[in-house]
Amino acid sequence: MKLFSRSLALPLAAILLAATPALAASEADFKTAYAAADAANKEAGTLRDQWTTTASALKDAKKAADAGDFDKAVAEAKEAEALAKASVFQAKAEKEAWKAEVIR
Amino acid sequence: MASTIRVRASATGDTTEVQALIQHPMDSGYVKDAKGDLIPAHFIQQVTFECNGKSVFVADWGTAVSKDPYVKFSFKGGNKGDDLKISWVDNKGASDTTTAKIA
Amino acid sequence: MRTAIQIVSAALALATLVLTGPAAKAANSVDPAADAKAFQKYFTTKFPKLKLSDFVNGPYSLNEDMHRQWVEKEEFPPYEFALDAGKEMFSKPFKNGKTYADCFADKGIGIRQNYPYFDEKEGKVITLELALNRCREANGEAPISYVKDDMAALTAYMAFTSRGKPFDIRIPSDPRALAAFENGKEYFYTRRGQLNFSCASCHVQNPGERIRAEILAPALGILNAMPIYRSEWGGMGTISRRFISCNSQTRGVPLDPQSDEYRDLEYYLSYVSNGLPISGPGARP
Repeated sequence: MKLFSRSLALPLAAILLAATPALAASEADFKTAYAAADAANKEAGTLRDQWTTTASALKDAKKAADAGDFDKAVAEAKEAEALAKASVFQAKAEKEAWKAEVIR
Repeated sequence: MASTIRVRASATGDTTEVQALIQHPMDSGYVKDAKGDLIPAHFIQQVTFECNGKSVFVADWGTAVSKDPYVKFSFKGGNKGDDLKISWVDNKGASDTTTAKIA
Repeated sequence: MRTAIQIVSAALALATLVLTGPAAKAANSVDPAADAKAFQKYFTTKFPKLKLSDFVNGPYSLNEDMHRQWVEKEEFPPYEFALDAGKEMFSKPFKNGKTYADCFADKGIGIRQNYPYFDEKEGKVITLELALNRCREANGEAPISYVKDDMAALTAYMAFTSRGKPFDIRIPSDPRALAAFENGKEYFYTRRGQLNFSCASCHVQNPGERIRAEILAPALGILNAMPIYRSEWGGMGTISRRFISCNSQTRGVPLDPQSDEYRDLEYYLSYVSNGLPISGPGARP
């Protein structure tokens, strides 16, 4: 199914990212990761399709960073970015895909 | 202030059917408010239905009963025009009572 | 990692739900009347034993056991308190001496079936909830929350005065009104949230089926019983509340109450249910 194969690409990317061996992350790493996630989430916002799970991942990332655990913070931020990008993908795909569902 | 108890009772033959809807928060004491503080337990502990001065239904309630409880039951005896008195008492000592005629 | 799996499994689960229809021909002309006709036909064909008016009771009309519960509930409905509160609130004057009746046609009695309507001066859809808060602000009162309590009580009373009247939503031949209708339709069929559901996923493709422990309502007539006392909420909720909670239930961040999208969605859903009677306020599991 079209929808299925497209939505595999990003989760697979997320799996690969998570499997990368972690060198201790710095605050700068966190700031970069968070900024990327936040930007993607803001784009989803303009498309009116933000996910609640993105918001909680961003929140967890901030919380971990505040506690000084930058490894966790970066991991959470990267998950948030993956979720945000998936939501942007969904919004863009749905711009056309919705028409196929309409009752005629 | 309007009564917290709505009641409808009707007699058919020798059986009277009673329905009552009681307005009460029935807070269990386990739910948190928007600030994250526990909303204290506030629930009806006992509700009594009396017909012509005699108890026909007494219930001991607790935190498992939901908000705005609805009760429905039947009892033998009770005739059209008889008085049905309903009263409740909650864990804060508040109470309410109302009397309705059996239709 | 866990989330990636969740995304994949959600997509898998939905692959089985999705009815892959033929690719849409580009619909260049908006024809609300045709849409409404097709919409109603879809549901009456799916549920041939139901009368058109039965659809306003949602899940209660689709399941034997639930229907019995509905009959019992109607004898002593849980929305009675909100309804009485709403009646009182409606007639209580504002600080400036005016009342809600001064803001509405026919003093606000028996008009619920005309909402939402398209305001050609403003170029936007006006819902009943929006109109009530505008009435308050026009008379120097602070607006009230769209999602519960007072707003639910007021709309419960206004719905009650229209009980039995068929939905009578008008779409003027104004391109902006047609656009609003089309936007509402788009919102309805667009998948959103991490769970990738559209309103249609549940209410068009799976009415009468279960989602967890709930029986899904058909989209036809879905707003006729609003506002509702929902046992799950332990209280009343408005149309705004339901739209917001449906969004968050698919893990989509809800929009603000009375956002353009929600107003247009209500416009679409109400119009396609034209002819079905107002049954509000209602009760739901």
